[in-house]
Amino acid sequence: MVDRVAEVWGTRTPFARGRRWPVRVDQLLAEGVAEDDVDRWVQSACVLCSNGCGCDIAVRDGRMVGVRGRAVDTVNHGRLGPKGLFGSWQGMAGRDRLTRPLVREGGELVESDWDTAMGRVVERSRALLAEHGPLSHGFYTSGQLFLEEYYALGVIGKAGIGTPHMDGNTRLCTATAAAAMKESFGSDGQPGSYVDIDECDAIVLYGHNMPETQTVLWARVLDRIAGPDRPRVVCVDPRATEVARHADVHLAVRNGTNQALMNGLARELLHRGWVDDAYVAAHTLGLDELREVVEPWTPEAVAEVCGVDAGDVRRAAEIIGTSERVLSTVLQGFYQSHQATAASCGVNNLHLLRGMIGRPGCGVLQMNGQPTAQNTRECGADGDLPGFRNWENPDHVDELARLWNVDPLVIPHWAPPTHAMQIFRYVEQGSIKLLWVSATNPAVSTPDLARMRRILGGDVFLVVQDLYETETTRYADVVLPAAGWGEKTGTFTNVNRTVHLSDQAVDPPGDARSDLDIFLDYARRMDFRDRDGAPLIRWTSPEEVFRAWQECSRGRLCDYTGISYDRLRGGSGIPWPCNDEHPDGTVRLYADGVFPTDPDRCESYGHDLLTGATVDPAAYRALAPAGRAFLKAVPYLPPHEEPDADHPFRYSTGRTVYHFHTRTKTRRARQLDRAAPDAWVELSVADADRLGIAEGDIVRVTSRRGEIVVPARVAGGRDGVVFAPFHYGDSDGDGRAANELTMTEWDPVSKQPVFKVAAVRVERVRAGDRPSPAPTTTASRPAGPARVPGTVGGPDAEVAEDVAPVDPPAVATREEGS
Amino acid sequence: MKLPVYLGLLREAERTLAGSFRQVAEGHGDEPDVHFLCRTLAAQCDAHHEALTPVVERYGETTPDDEPERLHADGLSETRTGPVGLLRDLQDVYLLATFVEITWTVVRQAAQALRDHDLLDVIGRCDSETSTQVQWLRTRMKQAAPQALVAAS
Ligand code: SF4
Repeated sequence: MVDRVAEVWGTRTPFARGRRWPVRVDQLLAEGVAEDDVDRWVQSACVLCSNGCGCDIAVRDGRMVGVRGRAVDTVNHGRLGPKGLFGSWQGMAGRDRLTRPLVREGGELVESDWDTAMGRVVERSRALLAEHGPLSHGFYTSGQLFLEEYYALGVIGKAGIGTPHMDGNTRLCTATAAAAMKESFGSDGQPGSYVDIDECDAIVLYGHNMPETQTVLWARVLDRIAGPDRPRVVCVDPRATEVARHADVHLAVRNGTNQALMNGLARELLHRGWVDDAYVAAHTLGLDELREVVEPWTPEAVAEVCGVDAGDVRRAAEIIGTSERVLSTVLQGFYQSHQATAASCGVNNLHLLRGMIGRPGCGVLQMNGQPTAQNTRECGADGDLPGFRNWENPDHVDELARLWNVDPLVIPHWAPPTHAMQIFRYVEQGSIKLLWVSATNPAVSTPDLARMRRILGGDVFLVVQDLYETETTRYADVVLPAAGWGEKTGTFTNVNRTVHLSDQAVDPPGDARSDLDIFLDYARRMDFRDRDGAPLIRWTSPEEVFRAWQECSRGRLCDYTGISYDRLRGGSGIPWPCNDEHPDGTVRLYADGVFPTDPDRCESYGHDLLTGATVDPAAYRALAPAGRAFLKAVPYLPPHEEPDADHPFRYSTGRTVYHFHTRTKTRRARQLDRAAPDAWVELSVADADRLGIAEGDIVRVTSRRGEIVVPARVAGGRDGVVFAPFHYGDSDGDGRAANELTMTEWDPVSKQPVFKVAAVRVERVRAGDRPSPAPTTTASRPAGPARVPGTVGGPDAEVAEDVAPVDPPAVATREEGS
Repeated sequence: MKLPVYLGLLREAERTLAGSFRQVAEGHGDEPDVHFLCRTLAAQCDAHHEALTPVVERYGETTPDDEPERLHADGLSETRTGPVGLLRDLQDVYLLATFVEITWTVVRQAAQALRDHDLLDVIGRCDSETSTQVQWLRTRMKQAAPQALVAAS
């Protein structure tokens, strides 16, 4: 048994390049439940991050009583991380689950029933449609529902109501991944595979604290690092993360300066001749422009702007430029920062320059944050058209119109999809009058919370659908109790395109219903019709919706036609595209160097990365991309809010390994709650010293938007940077939410809000009486002189680990062939 | 030769455009994208203005007779409010930006005729930025139009 709060990544199972990652089956059962007591194991996958670890849910007496990793699954080879082990099933079992719909009566939310609650929603919805039309409706959904739920919601929004105002909180976590792939490759769709970790010689993590965001993926990297031919590791992150501890080169850049670094790395590749000229000539466009833009960015210029050592920039470039097989991963340090899309395209550029896409060990993983974010994007619940279709391409719109049998003009393609922050702006201005929020908590997770509370508390008719009461349900007119993971059936897709089925294991509590049932009920009551007057939506079960989605995906990059519920039961998840041509799924995209940039196929005609100006369809056609990828670069611009005398520190938000989002589930698992019970801020040793702040002292951090008052952790990050975890909200007490301080600003292309750049001031309020509650196991590890007891889970957190009980699985074996 | 007139005109128009971008940035501060981007674009116009200064000096000053007031483009006088106000303000800036854009084109033709490599260099650095400004304004107006014209009260 292993204490998996203390040992976050569990026992090492080292392996060499080109070997398969050994299996280790992790299992946890509730106290007092032995394996023999389990009535049945129900197949699923974890929904507490984007990794999508295959697991089985233990059921006893109609309740979830534990989990076990699936040895056959190609994503996790049996492993689970702390969130999956402790949070997944316990997070569903809180005694305070919502079990009845709530409606607002005389200012108070009171228990009600489905007919009353849905009756109110439909009444308001119909009245608004009659009086103000479809643009009065907005939908803000999640990255945590299932594929079937997003597709149903997408069809309701696009073919039923006809509103462009639909987005997911994926806008906050993964919009830049999609945007960067659209800009570089013509379409969303992950080029790389997790298998590339097994095959690479170097791994570069760009703003990606993988040890805390996807612990099981990091375990795979750690096992390569512990193996006989360790890959070289480059870390780009201002904090002293676990990645940094293992890195050959750690570039602790000033937050907000990624684009300068990316331009500098591209310049090194070009100047040192680390370029695959033949590949670039055959498969890319834009080399001359790239060369011109990056030319000023000598290692010294990068060093100056980013605050790193020029020699380190050269060393990082050398690893990227000379390793035989390079894998890159990108996440929030890039996506939620200044010039997000440009910098993320900068990573794609390096791979295109070296011709390292679509080959074993050579890949890009533009990561997702949430478990089902990929589906939000694919199915159109983030506003994009389903199946990676291009809203500016009339043929793509016609395809959907035929599929749904509606007038093409009903489908909102006459304006770009409205991104989340703009939806909230329209709510603020009063032109969106009904906002439907599902499975997300904007009252904690969005920037500049004081403003968000005003918006949610305004005149809008707010429908909130969730598992628990949250900071957001407080403002709702109608609260709908949702069934969640283990209580409903559906599929979802992880970062490397692997599709999993999650079967229903238990009944939802009380009257709670699956999000799909709620959406379908709304559609039925609204009586949406197609162009022949027949009901637009006739589905009653998730599997029917899945089949409809398969048709929608047919022939597109995300082709699901070869995947069925039956095929997913029993085995591993399967990576799309999966069709007649790729019957076992597809390990990597673009092995042939042909990208979906053809004007008739592409998902987007692209943007100017500095302004977000769209490229005109005719201008795009004139480029004649013909399957070539785009090398895109823009100059570095300083962030819009830089430190000054009043606010001398750079501020960044982020996460800790033990929690997910606003802790809706993870706070309800006692092991996780104890490991990271409350908010803190991190200061560097030198900064703390200068301000006379000791470990655990209470400090006030102030920005132009607001303030938080929390204990300080003296940690190992770069000087001048203050970090706060974003998991804590005001239901934990006032002045804790990291987003009190962030700004309302977003990337011009991906529209992802900027959470990693703001200017703040720090003051000591009083001495603390204990160390800060920050975990000691990860990036928040103490670095100051104070003694801080280590984060442990004790007997409560002991997990069974069974090493190498069976041979490791392989992805799409026929295709891989190696 | 009337090129000096047009160079003066262009430089003045860049200054006016910079001012208009700044005005929109401040007047529509509640639209964060408009606010921040218009400031960035104003700085681009400043740089264009600066890049033109040595060229204008080289070609010599013009007299008021050469560069009559009526040739000049007007900037934004004041910003409007509300969703339609934003749309209209962007439209005004758009008109000005397209004026600047076509003026760069006109000047480029003359610079080619004169084989003025230095001037062509300056144009090469600036005119594509102006075109992107125009394109961004179009993009932003297309985004704003349905809500402003159909749904906003
Ligand atoms: S790595 Fe992610 S998907 Fe896997 S168990 Fe942990 S939280 Fe769940």
